[in-house]
Amino acid sequence: MVDAASLRERALAALEAVTDPEIPVLTIADLGILRGVSVHDDVVEVTITPTYSGCPAMNMITLEIETALARAGIAARIRTSLSPAWTTDWLTDAARSKLAAFGIAPPERTASRRALFGEARPVCPLCGSADTEQISEFGSTACKSLHRCRACREPFDAFKCH
Amino acid sequence: MAATTSIAVEETPLALQLLCRADDALILGHRLSEWTGYAPTLEEELALANIALDLIGQARALYSYAGTLTGHTEDQLAYLRDAPAWRNCLMVELPNGDFAFSIARLLLVSAFADPFWHAATASTDSTIAAVAAKAEKETAYHLRHAAEWLIRLGDGTAESHCRAQTALDNLWPYTGELFTSPPSDGDIAPDPMPLRETWSATVSGILARATLKQPPDGWMQSGGRTGRHTEHLGHLLAEMQFLQRTYPGASW
Repeated sequence: MVDAASLRERALAALEAVTDPEIPVLTIADLGILRGVSVHDDVVEVTITPTYSGCPAMNMITLEIETALARAGIAARIRTSLSPAWTTDWLTDAARSKLAAFGIAPPERTASRRALFGEARPVCPLCGSADTEQISEFGSTACKSLHRCRACREPFDAFKCH
Repeated sequence: MAATTSIAVEETPLALQLLCRADDALILGHRLSEWTGYAPTLEEELALANIALDLIGQARALYSYAGTLTGHTEDQLAYLRDAPAWRNCLMVELPNGDFAFSIARLLLVSAFADPFWHAATASTDSTIAAVAAKAEKETAYHLRHAAEWLIRLGDGTAESHCRAQTALDNLWPYTGELFTSPPSDGDIAPDPMPLRETWSATVSGILARATLKQPPDGWMQSGGRTGRHTEHLGHLLAEMQFLQRTYPGASW
């Protein structure tokens, strides 16, 4: 019989290495995808929640969790939980600073439905100017929109508020 | 044992509700994905592909849930049903036509899907409520994107105006079916009928800004929810289901 608490600690440490394949600076814990780690009869159960309905990175993240735990010699099963639904409000403060440092504007603070018209104007993560414009609400991945800074003229991604 | 090549689904009231919503999302998602490689600009290509991805993702969550009730996998539900077993409304299966047609359809469907999923967040079924909580945020983006384009097309050049108006006139007889759905057990899924007022207000507001004329409500097409489809669905399925039908159980 393995000590459940230390097994859980080892699993958490192994999971620290699992990052989002599209945004490699963020771990699954930073993103709020990792909802829980528990131990049942020497088997670690990892509960995760999907982000966007169609995010193709979720399959890869599941695979990476299995690999990371197997590498640490931990028997695990992964459970996907839909409820409560993931929101960008769950991004940790550390995640928000890492995103900005990586060149992606973090999402607005409180997820809410915006009006039908009127665009989001995130602050430029490169020069800090608020004078930005939206190029497209749909960017290189499901979670990002595309913007341009009028001050430094650089294009940048913003993490969509969800 | 030979792999399954075709399935028959036992449609309990809940399974039928799920299939109606999942089939609408998957078929529209598939149509939008056909624009990949052909969209008018690179940004629009990404946008349509992203919207398709959202819709296919919503469909997957709903098929997974329907699968647990009917004893099938999400892939079997998508790949191994013949056209008469599909429960999507007819509008989503129509061929893409020109860009104006695809955008007008996306607007008409999203203006319904957005309030529908918003209402479904209050479902007494926790899985439906959880799927709805994601879907309603995504459909808000789809609606806004389609609205901005339709206004640009309608209030654009004489050519774009004419194409947008023609698309709208051709699509209008298919809008009635959006508000039909099989009876729901209790408060599992919202009744679409009361959402008609919200839908009309959204659509007429956008059409006014787009300087487009709202077509009159005349005779409406129907049949999709009971499996009477247009010839177009068969062609779509022939392409979408080709691999699993030809190489049953193939995986990689």
